[in-house]
Amino acid sequence: MAVIVFAENWNGKFKKLSFELVSYGSKVAGMLNTSNVVLSIGDVENEELNKLGDYGADKIIKIQHEKLKNLDNKAYTSVIAQVAEKEGASVLLLSHNNTGKALAPRLSVKLKAGLGSALIQLPASVEPFTVCKKVFSGKAFAYITIKSDIKILTLMQNSFESVLSQNNATIESFSPELDEGISKTEVTDVQKQTGKIILTDAEIIVSGGRGMRSTDNWGPLEELAELLGAATACSRPVSDEEWRPHSEHVGQTGKIIAPNLYIACGISGAIQHLAGVSSSKYIVAINEDNEAPIFEAADYGIVGDVHKVLPELIKIIKEFKSEN
Amino acid sequence: MKVIVCLGNVPDTTTKIKFVDDNKAFDTIGVQWIINPWDELALTRAMELKEDSRNTVDTVTVITVGLKEVEPTIRKALAIGADDAIRIDADPKDAYCVAFQLAEVLKKEDFGIVFSGIESSDYNSAAVGGMLAEFLDLPSVSAVSSLQMDESAVNLTRDIDGGREVISIQTPFVAIVQKGIAIEPRIPAMRGIMMARKKPLNVVEPAEQEVLTGFSSFELPKSKPPCKMINPENLKELVDLLQNEANVL
Repeated sequence: MAVIVFAENWNGKFKKLSFELVSYGSKVAGMLNTSNVVLSIGDVENEELNKLGDYGADKIIKIQHEKLKNLDNKAYTSVIAQVAEKEGASVLLLSHNNTGKALAPRLSVKLKAGLGSALIQLPASVEPFTVCKKVFSGKAFAYITIKSDIKILTLMQNSFESVLSQNNATIESFSPELDEGISKTEVTDVQKQTGKIILTDAEIIVSGGRGMRSTDNWGPLEELAELLGAATACSRPVSDEEWRPHSEHVGQTGKIIAPNLYIACGISGAIQHLAGVSSSKYIVAINEDNEAPIFEAADYGIVGDVHKVLPELIKIIKEFKSEN
Repeated sequence: MKVIVCLGNVPDTTTKIKFVDDNKAFDTIGVQWIINPWDELALTRAMELKEDSRNTVDTVTVITVGLKEVEPTIRKALAIGADDAIRIDADPKDAYCVAFQLAEVLKKEDFGIVFSGIESSDYNSAAVGGMLAEFLDLPSVSAVSSLQMDESAVNLTRDIDGGREVISIQTPFVAIVQKGIAIEPRIPAMRGIMMARKKPLNVVEPAEQEVLTGFSSFELPKSKPPCKMINPENLKELVDLLQNEANVL
């Protein structure tokens, strides 16, 4: 028996979400009285792998393979399933990011393992194995019981605090078997977003809506984001009007985010928008209309013209930063 | 080439969510049902592919798992332009059940691309497309925000953390799509609505299967404390709250 955590890397490095996953895996392993085995695929230095031990990995399995340079869903599924079988996995844990969403469902079928996805907290119980997730785009929670021998879980980013544990994890290599021709996808181009904080990784997000009035008014919003080390985002009408790129759209059909702080500037807070941001730990809303629904979701509200409030807020945060 | 679009039947986004039977079941009374928003975008792109004469797409088939009450949603998809529809007559229990039933039928179909929305707006599992691909032993590409066909291959753009990749792939495959594949969903025209009544809607019996997960109960979120209003003349108070109460600065 073991809990297997798939820890994705980005150019050989792990991120905060990797450590959250490993810590979560360690807690689940504790509940099941078993060990926490972390799987890494790709070229990662041992020094970086050892960090996984710091967050509760008991053993690290590393796989390096020519055919696994890019994410091919079939090839990765085959490899992760081989590790799960070899280690006698009882739980397989992935992030609920794009990679996890691509692989966990395939693994569920391959291993005949029930899937509990987009989890936001530890399993409610392990006997029966019951997990809690948000449903109806954040309007309710569901408790789901998984009956299969192997359980596959995906964890929402920024929903579980990573915990330092100073484990001395062993590292072992594994050579998977990969059929000739298993990979049918070819990556022909990669466009990396440079220099900006990735929206789904950001701890603070400053977001603008229709109240920003035009594409020319985003200077103060971007300045505030830079001051706070935040990413920028927008509501759907803004990306539909092409004031901002579609990659910044947060909401039901855009990105689902869970930062520590979400600052909504000139966003009325339609239900579709709230579906994407309601997992934020704190929401600040700035809006002219004191009856805007965003104030029902917000923790702190300011009724006022965003074009006047933002420059003032920038001034005060600058003062705060210089004093601290 | 035939393109398949998997449809989910979900409550309208503005539905007030309530539960019955001691919080063990979703209360469907008074609920308006719609095509799952991501599946609707997939259908929109499928129609564009068919209408573009440079492509070889000649048929768009929609498929869903559901009891008879989902038929208005299927008719809407036919009104948008799908050529025919398949309804597998089962009450879907979870994503695994849906994907299994879809696969049992699609194994017998000849198609080039299967579209599945990245998630459904009801149970948000983001699972059906990937599960279906594995049942069919086909390649899948997830988080697809663009799909273009040329003579030799299909080119997909997929979102990765912090960027995008362009993927070249041969049919058949499963495309798990998100916003960007189309921006605005198509709205049925009156002529489409009239024609939809005459289009074939084939009802198929479900296959036997094992169930791996079950909903044990539902819960509504606890009501949050009311929003603290801050005077725009006194933004220091906001900074103070963010620092000392929220601990986020």
